[in-house]
Amino acid sequence: MQPESAMTPGLDVTVLVSVGRHPLTGRVRRADQDARGVELARSLANAEVRLLHAGERNESSDAALRGYLGMGFSELALLEQPEGADVLPALAEALDATSPHLVITGERAERGEGSGLLPYLLAERLGWPLVSSLAAVESVENGVATLLQALPRGQRRRLSVRLPAIVTVDDAAPAPRQSAYGPARRGTLEASMGPVSNDEEWAKWQVQPARPRPKRLKIVKATSARDRFKAAAAKSDGGGGQVLTDVTPTQGAEAILTLLREENVLQ
Amino acid sequence: MLDTLLPILIFSALALAAVGAVRRIRLWGQGRPSPVPVLRGLAAMPRRYLVDLHHVVARDKVIANTHVATAGGFVAAMALAIVVHGLGLGSGWVSGVLGWLLLAASATMFAGSLFVARRRRNPPARLSKGPWMRLPKSLMAFSLGIFVVTLPAVGVLPADAGGWLVALVLAAVVAWGLAELVFGMTWGGPMKHAFAGALHLAFHRRPERFSDKRGGEGRSTGLKALDLEDDQAPLGVETPADFTWNQLLGFDACVQCGRCEAVCPAFAAGQPLNPKKLIQDMVVGMAGGSDAHYAGSPYPSPERGEQPVGEHQGSPHGPIVAPAATKDGKALVDAETLWSCTTCRACVEECPMMIEHVDAIVDMRRHLTLEEGATPGKGAEVIDNLIATDNPGGFDPGGRLNWAADLELPLMADVERAEVLLWLGDGVFDMRNQRTLRALIKVLRAAGVDFAVLGNEERDSGDVARRLGDEATFQSLARRNIATLSRYRFECIVTCDPHSFHVLKNEYGAFYPPGQEADYPVWHHSTFIHQLIESGRLRLAPGQRARVTYHDPCYLGRYNGEYEAPRAVLQALGVELVEMQRSGYRSRCCGGGGGAPITDVPGKQRIPDMRMGDVRETQAEQVVVGCPQCTAMLEGVVPSANDEEVAVKDIAEMVAAALDTTPAATPVPRDASTPQAAEEVLS
Repeated sequence: MQPESAMTPGLDVTVLVSVGRHPLTGRVRRADQDARGVELARSLANAEVRLLHAGERNESSDAALRGYLGMGFSELALLEQPEGADVLPALAEALDATSPHLVITGERAERGEGSGLLPYLLAERLGWPLVSSLAAVESVENGVATLLQALPRGQRRRLSVRLPAIVTVDDAAPAPRQSAYGPARRGTLEASMGPVSNDEEWAKWQVQPARPRPKRLKIVKATSARDRFKAAAAKSDGGGGQVLTDVTPTQGAEAILTLLREENVLQ
Repeated sequence: MLDTLLPILIFSALALAAVGAVRRIRLWGQGRPSPVPVLRGLAAMPRRYLVDLHHVVARDKVIANTHVATAGGFVAAMALAIVVHGLGLGSGWVSGVLGWLLLAASATMFAGSLFVARRRRNPPARLSKGPWMRLPKSLMAFSLGIFVVTLPAVGVLPADAGGWLVALVLAAVVAWGLAELVFGMTWGGPMKHAFAGALHLAFHRRPERFSDKRGGEGRSTGLKALDLEDDQAPLGVETPADFTWNQLLGFDACVQCGRCEAVCPAFAAGQPLNPKKLIQDMVVGMAGGSDAHYAGSPYPSPERGEQPVGEHQGSPHGPIVAPAATKDGKALVDAETLWSCTTCRACVEECPMMIEHVDAIVDMRRHLTLEEGATPGKGAEVIDNLIATDNPGGFDPGGRLNWAADLELPLMADVERAEVLLWLGDGVFDMRNQRTLRALIKVLRAAGVDFAVLGNEERDSGDVARRLGDEATFQSLARRNIATLSRYRFECIVTCDPHSFHVLKNEYGAFYPPGQEADYPVWHHSTFIHQLIESGRLRLAPGQRARVTYHDPCYLGRYNGEYEAPRAVLQALGVELVEMQRSGYRSRCCGGGGGAPITDVPGKQRIPDMRMGDVRETQAEQVVVGCPQCTAMLEGVVPSANDEEVAVKDIAEMVAAALDTTPAATPVPRDASTPQAAEEVLS
């Protein structure tokens, strides 16, 4: 991190945290990416960090949310929502009211829809810029943050973003610190009822466990170790694909649709 | 003139000692309350001193005799001196007899102090120097001084022999002796160990560790539970005042003999831990100040050789370990010191003052893990795995029996009752331990034992979580395992993991719901196999001609006192057993306990390498173990170029290879339907 003088005093940061789900056992936990977001926020000098969660409240979700408190927080704001509600309006309203400088959240939730669209919809609704795959916040000066974005294969891109902004973190962000039992037990969940908007679409969906799909094998025909290494380290660009420039939205949409049909995503 | 001076000296020394005692007791009183039976404790103290403490001291005969002469001589001489010189009691022949007795006592003490002086001439590294170096002189001053001033009392010398100058010199010598031995006892000199030690024996936090007249062996090794229901109770120990008062008293009893240092595997490996220094640091913290006056071996330091003293300081209500926010800050002890411990209990076993080092270390670790979230190395990951998957490796808990797909192990869920519940442990996920488990199952089937396993219902016993300080995860695992166990009927639990064995046997008892209790014995597989051999259920074909040595796992030996059964089994196998220099209760840890491989504190060498060195000294071809951790640690040792590879074998593997497969003359009762699939795979 940069020296403290580089930071605007009193940077208001809100981290959106969700209830996670362990991939093997399905037990609730702090979501890994959200925890990385909290870790990123904790590492900012001079920042006032708030934790915000919107969702259904029950015993198991409380236990999971306390996992974030265990990272050294005394409270977590909880917007109670009924099961199946769309949390977007509630979050947007809460963020509007507290107007933080920076909102950090994981790329996608580990439970529920998990579409990864929430940060984008939120940014759209608030009219804020969004940066994905954040690796580090380098400095914040005069309302402009210098951010380091993680790109594939260890590349980094430096970006300047005017605050307020929403940033999302994925596995490139620093690993979260241990959640300690004592602070987790002592911290309070400040629950309030947020505005509720029922997700009509979601109510109509039929949910079933995912079936693991077979992976496409990558056959490497290499004669030397160097070639094999290059093949293993290469970005899997699939070889196919096309770059479309200067096309109308309709043409673009048709190209995407054709690709989805070819790949059997749409049938 | 001496007749006037001596009573003044004796009674002022006693008065000063009383003042010092009050101050010292106040220091201990800073600790948290811990109720003790005061009168019963005091009544039990002499026996605890003469039997239990002496049992430890007597491992070194010379020192034991030295101590008996010096301490016994001193106690007798002091009591008699109060009567003869202090009160001037007795007249005529009574005073004569008392005088001669006093001469005998002080002469005995003098003889003892000569041996103390001899030991101090070239003191071994483990002994503290500093004020301890003057102790033999003080002992001599007291004994000689009292001896000479008593001579007139028995009429050997005239009362005014030598004039006032000699009398003054004698008074000064006696005053020196009294200063060291009487009020030095309560004001913090080397003799403090006598005062604090006596009270420590009386008010020990583990009274059940002492033997009793009825022949109870006196063993108390399970960790004390943390009360998680009470949200006001501190989670572990942050400051010296968070220890209970009798723990503080115990630290103060340390005599700095360094026996703990000599046996500590982490100290020998150059990791930053020295149990003696740790206890002294706690004394420094309790009284407030810096460790600059410590005069023993410091903590080793991989970078600097050793940590210089004087860098650390503490206070009764200040943190023991500097919080993470103060990055370069030092407090009383560095966190690495606490995480270096393998909880092998070698120090506790050796301590003549019955100090509980491991309890203190785990107490401090609890604070670091539960409050600071500062478990180092892979600790946090292991704890997260235990929470999410009930095993430290983060493996699918639904795959606990994958290794035994061909063994058709009877599940408790199906059979509901069995003679033996076989506790498999987390070794089910480890390919090396799976070989041990297969061997054990082959042995059990050969003996016709009716056993069943919990399968996917089994969870980690919680051992590693608890030693890493995560009492919350331990208690959660313990309670769920207890709920599972209480659904089934079995006569005993058998396990090949001494860590699970210890936790199931000694630590689960505190977590049974009210009205229920653990009503089954727990056996380590070596004990159970020994029972099978003794009762004739297991027939062996001795004929292995190997030279083997046996490595005692800490959690089987020192924690549970089982040294005999594994050796008896090896004897039944007919192999040649050679003992390592450090075996039995002095066995050296493999380095695998207490989460040490997880926290992985660097040192200048590795503990398992040193242990394998011990093994090589015996020139054994195989080292027999009885613990998955020991197997992993010792097998992980890479032999140097000119060393032979030593095979590491679990005792179950040794037995499985020696099973008598010829038809028995008198058929052993056996369930005909017992599947025998395992044997083809193994043979």
